[in-house]
Amino acid sequence: MQNENLNPTEDIIICRDVHKWFGDFHVLRGVNVTIKRGEVVVVCGPSGGGKSTFIRTINRLEEHQRGDIIVDDIELTNDLRNIHAIQREIGMVFQSFNLFPHLKVIDNVSLAPIWVRKWSKKEAVKVAMELLERVGIPEQANKYPGQLSGGQQQRVAIARALAMQPKIMLFDEPTSALDPEMIKEVLDVMVELARSGMTMIVVTHEMGFAKEVANRIIFFSDGNIVEQNTTEEFFLNPREARTRMFLSQILTH
Amino acid sequence: MTVQPEILKPPPTEVGLLGWLKKNLFSTWSNTLLTFVSVPFIYLVLSAVITWVFQDARWEVVTTNFKVFMIGRYPRKEAWRVLASLGIVVLLVLLTWISQTVKRYPMARWLVIGWLLSFPLIGVLLRGFSSENPYLPLVSEEIWSGLMLTLVLAIVGIVASFPIGILLALGRRSKMPVIKALSTVYIETIRGVPLISVLFMSQVMLPLFLPPEIRLGTVVRALTGMTLFSAAYTAENVRGGLAAIPIGQYEAARAVGLNEALVMGLIVLPQALRAMIPAIVGQFISLFKDTTLVIIVGLLELLGIAKAVTGQKEFIGLHKEVYAFAAILFFIFCYLMSYASRRLEQALGVGER
Repeated sequence: MQNENLNPTEDIIICRDVHKWFGDFHVLRGVNVTIKRGEVVVVCGPSGGGKSTFIRTINRLEEHQRGDIIVDDIELTNDLRNIHAIQREIGMVFQSFNLFPHLKVIDNVSLAPIWVRKWSKKEAVKVAMELLERVGIPEQANKYPGQLSGGQQQRVAIARALAMQPKIMLFDEPTSALDPEMIKEVLDVMVELARSGMTMIVVTHEMGFAKEVANRIIFFSDGNIVEQNTTEEFFLNPREARTRMFLSQILTH
Repeated sequence: MTVQPEILKPPPTEVGLLGWLKKNLFSTWSNTLLTFVSVPFIYLVLSAVITWVFQDARWEVVTTNFKVFMIGRYPRKEAWRVLASLGIVVLLVLLTWISQTVKRYPMARWLVIGWLLSFPLIGVLLRGFSSENPYLPLVSEEIWSGLMLTLVLAIVGIVASFPIGILLALGRRSKMPVIKALSTVYIETIRGVPLISVLFMSQVMLPLFLPPEIRLGTVVRALTGMTLFSAAYTAENVRGGLAAIPIGQYEAARAVGLNEALVMGLIVLPQALRAMIPAIVGQFISLFKDTTLVIIVGLLELLGIAKAVTGQKEFIGLHKEVYAFAAILFFIFCYLMSYASRRLEQALGVGER
């Protein structure tokens, strides 16, 4: 069931003619896209197409060289204040989890609220425990990341991103590094998050997840958006040949 | 019906003393051969050493000069100040050790303050004020010598070079070209010259950089040289550690909203430094032994004083005893540092998580 509480006039991410080069390689070629508040967008496409680079430019993990990116009415420029303000409002979940191995799970989750939002330790730990319960692993709070399974680590990563109460959540292939039996537990958390109204951009190959909660699907290839449509339309009537070929490749599983 | 297999004792050549001998000394033919060659050799060496230590050596040179080894030319009347300083350090070490085993973290803050305050406190205690002061008359650091001077040089050098080294490492990795260039030039220049030349240069050149009213003593100049030297090596150790941290850690830290300083201080440095403890402590142990080089600029630390003792009329020719004693002292301190390093690694879980 898709999110129905969309506020159609609230554009929370605007990308206009975004270009990026890695040296000579033109990885993003004039991307234009608008994401609305509360929308759940799935970005799919072949490897090397630029989809990961694209979402990483939104929270400045990569710097775009041309074009405008506006997040929640803040323009993403070289101004550190803008960059930090935007990074505070966006949570990100990585393919390789990237948990902090020297901190316990509870400290991983509560670190940023304490140091960035300046909450008291008590408050931060309370919120952290609530989030760990929400993702289903409160009993792991005092363990170190190395002692957890991949699915548990990724759920901690989601909790850590949510602890900063972001307006937008970015997911960069969150289940690609997981063993198949752990993919479901992470996707379940993401489905619940989507249903609660969070604005999400998810780079993934999990089309089942897309069919369940995505409002829109973007097919990204060769540095730009090839096709985007509502979930239903995207799967039923893919317009472009490249889209059809991609779908035939991944939907034969 | 299941048959319970008989529970037997292991054969006598596998356990106990015989078992140990067989496994460690006689396990293969080559090992057995090595055992037969080395055992008599070890016996010969050990018996020679033990005979010398307990019968032939004249340890009076060490026992009568013990104070000289320890505090050199420090006035004997004021020797209590050295003992007091030692007492402060021992107390702090004990408290630190207790807080680690008992794990009372509120104490940690006070301990850090205690350690930080101990430096100026001991400095004042040892140096004193003007000559007229009745309680702490001046004992210029130029007179400090012996093991006391070694420890002062080593400890101040280690403690001062560590933060400078970290800053240099961060500077070398900085994206700002001027800072990066300055840090790189500094590190590569210092690493390209021997410590002796750095000591010489600090003796001669430091006064040139400062206004003529400030006259730095030899000890301060030597300390500056040692600190600047060690900082360059520490910087490279730290830089290696930083480079080993996966870039995903930086990204995750920035993605969660931490600014550059917090990313470094909370996420990257704690992981990097923990992995670098063996290398960094190795550098500190080197520095401790390198303090012997200050004899070049006229300071008499432990080894310098030992040399002076061998020149005494009553004990001419007793080099072996004097230098053996100095060697034992160096060994004790270096081993302690090595041991502390291993305990620290254990406590921080180096190599585990």
